[in-house]
Amino acid sequence: MNSALVAFVSGLIFAIGLAIGGMTKPAKVAGFLDFTGNWDPSLMFVMGGAVMVHAVLYRLIRHRPTPLFAATFSVPTRHNIDARLIGGAALFGIGWGLSGFCPGPAITSLASGKSPVVIFVVAMIVGMYLYTLVDKLWTRPQAEPRKESSPRLATPTTPAFQGPQDA
Amino acid sequence: MEQFTPIASLCGGILIGLSASLLLLSDGKIAGISGIVGGLLSPPKNDTTWRVLFIAGLLTGGFLFQLFSPSVFTIGISRSTSVLIVAGLCVGFGTRLGNGCTSGHGVCGISRFSPRSLVSTITFIATGAITVYIINHLLGGSL
Repeated sequence: MNSALVAFVSGLIFAIGLAIGGMTKPAKVAGFLDFTGNWDPSLMFVMGGAVMVHAVLYRLIRHRPTPLFAATFSVPTRHNIDARLIGGAALFGIGWGLSGFCPGPAITSLASGKSPVVIFVVAMIVGMYLYTLVDKLWTRPQAEPRKESSPRLATPTTPAFQGPQDA
Repeated sequence: MEQFTPIASLCGGILIGLSASLLLLSDGKIAGISGIVGGLLSPPKNDTTWRVLFIAGLLTGGFLFQLFSPSVFTIGISRSTSVLIVAGLCVGFGTRLGNGCTSGHGVCGISRFSPRSLVSTITFIATGAITVYIINHLLGGSL
């Protein structure tokens, strides 16, 4: 086994888990979110099972100094709860409720070739791309006007939210 | 209406937990799907390979089910194209803005007892529930 093969196998197992768990059925997702209607608690069992296993294994794995095939663990370290976190989650929840799709099940369901899935995934990728555009504008403040007087100040901004911080 | 499937859902969840653990053990990465996909759209960081292969694994799993058990892809709710587009934009933009989705925050983050992930998960379940409440109980179930 090498790093690339493991990433592929992880994705494969993840997809099987999503499909068996019922996450690829938008009606089931909507049934879980319909707390005041004919509530279907199944998806709590998906999340519960996943957290139960990963909470234990996560701690065992982090006893190792490094992963098997990488130099370091890329695990988020931030603790700040800000408007971006809450606003992003709120927006995501609205889209999840509207469609019954979140990113993993949507990509897995592309294999069905059904047009609602394809439309959703294309829009999702456009949404992600729009974010990278907007994020560039947000993280490049006050750089332009100072360019003439002091060129060194023109490029001090570091891109926010990269790599290991992505949950 | 879908049936309650506690055993199947628990088994699915256990597989998801194992998958996330395998990825962490081997590559040191978090199995957050929005982060994995979104990372391909950001400036190159020389870590494209594992992202592409993880997504290829997801799709391969999808194709296996499409071959042997296509009923797992039953949609079962009626949504117009424009609603699907708005939903996709919200999910794509929102998960990048909030640094995670059901997998990254809901599974991996909560497993680490991350306060950010707990707040995120409560928030997206709440707004998801409000959205479904409006659709099912105020707008008659389809949109």
